Amino acid sequence: MGIAANSPKVELRDVGLRYFGREGETEALKGISLSVAPGEFVAIIGQSGCGKSTLLSLISGILSPTEGSVLVDGGDVTGPSRKVGYMLQQDYLFEWRTILENAVLGAEIQGANMAMARERATQLLTRYGLGQFLQHLPRQLSGGMRQRVALARTLCTEPDIVLLDEPFSALDSQTRIALADEVSEILRREGKTAILVTHDIGEAVSMAERVIVLSRRPGRVKSDHAIRFKTVDGARPAPFAARNAPEFNGYFNALWRELEVHVEG
Amino acid sequence: MSKAEFVGAAPPSAQYLEWLRQERRGRMIVRATQLAILVAFLILWELAPRLDLINPLFTSYPSTIWPTFLELLNATPQQASILAHTWSTVFATVVGFTTAMLFGTAIASALWWWNGLYRVLDPYLVVANAMPKTAFVPLFYIWLGATFSIYGMSLAISLFITILMIYSGFQGIDPNKIKLAQTFGASKGQVLTKVVLPGSVPTLIATLKVNAGLSLVGVVVGEFQSASLGLGYLIQYGSQIFKMNIVMTAITLLAIASSLMYLAISWLEAAVMRRR
Repeated sequence: MGIAANSPKVELRDVGLRYFGREGETEALKGISLSVAPGEFVAIIGQSGCGKSTLLSLISGILSPTEGSVLVDGGDVTGPSRKVGYMLQQDYLFEWRTILENAVLGAEIQGANMAMARERATQLLTRYGLGQFLQHLPRQLSGGMRQRVALARTLCTEPDIVLLDEPFSALDSQTRIALADEVSEILRREGKTAILVTHDIGEAVSMAERVIVLSRRPGRVKSDHAIRFKTVDGARPAPFAARNAPEFNGYFNALWRELEVHVEG
Repeated sequence: MSKAEFVGAAPPSAQYLEWLRQERRGRMIVRATQLAILVAFLILWELAPRLDLINPLFTSYPSTIWPTFLELLNATPQQASILAHTWSTVFATVVGFTTAMLFGTAIASALWWWNGLYRVLDPYLVVANAMPKTAFVPLFYIWLGATFSIYGMSLAISLFITILMIYSGFQGIDPNKIKLAQTFGASKGQVLTKVVLPGSVPTLIATLKVNAGLSLVGVVVGEFQSASLGLGYLIQYGSQIFKMNIVMTAITLLAIASSLMYLAISWLEAAVMRRR
């Protein structure tokens, strides 16, 4: 593709989005500029209603900005692209499809080679410990297992960029932390660029290399924090280990204070 | 993964066996009561005219139904066999609700596809559904002729409720499932065939239950007016010559036919829902 190593994977230039309704127009996002490097794991935090999810919808191409432009690999985003995978807040598995049929949904919609898609989905599901559940129905699986199927469904189409919209919010706290470890390990190993949206500061700090704070509606970029942990081998610790690192509380408190400013005014 | 499988490893406990016995007893009591109600009704129907409590001319007796049925089995030059009458009614009903399902699903899909169309047609659909369609029986007879007026009435009576029920089922699909398909770049047609339609199967079956019954009503009412074949015709004929045993036999056959139809749909439902 001839893309220089330092050119951004995802770039937003002065992006604004307004929703129109009979009651008037709502400005969801305003003047957002940010870029994400290839292979980077970025978290976007902000209070509910600040337009975090809207931001992901713009990057995925299911919404178009009313101002500015969204670029992926230097090209304008004009619609959903195979380069971008999107994990929603809940698994939204189709109850009438088996686990395997759910995992190949994206490939099926994109008209991919189904034999290869099924093989890849089987591999992914087996790797996530769901090998013996391929022919089961979603209702027979627990919440954590279902969310793993959703991850396999997202990765089955082999996207470069994975958008995560509070993907663990519907799970109990234990499953949530365990799954955060698995997901970040999987995404890092496969060299994916990831953008995680969450309102959970701990989740953001423990998973991402960079945390971007959005202000209240209309959402703007308020600040941008690099998250670094000192480890023996220099590698990034897994989220669960990061939560116990000495730097964790410093980052947590700094971000906490920033979000609290909004509560007061 | 089911509970039974889970416990199945160990021998069932005495309490569980006791619970099973209670379960079975409860089910038997319900069945026995249902049967008792039917038997009591038949006895009352048989005895009331015999004890001169009501005029047998109006009600006939349940004991005459079987002999009447046997008598009507034979076709005469003036009258077809009762089996031919029954088949005619059942066939028209199946034609009626099948067309209602096909047209209803197609029209509901079109309304889903073009929201503007729905917004325009909504009041007309609601009024068309609320209209007493039976008022059109004489008109249909003039417009469509003897046979097709029956199919027409069967369709007219069930179509609008079918459209409204299926459309509201489409509306009930979780918009996030649609959003999910769109993140993979799904076209509108793919959203319809991969999300909206398969997600509406329970609604389609619930609709089938409603419109099968309504189609039967449409057929019988249509036959009152125009047919020379069918249970609706036989009821009309029997009442005109004041032979209540013919009327009651035809009504009994209608009850049996609608029960069998209901059973068939329940069986279909169980077969489909096993996958969910």
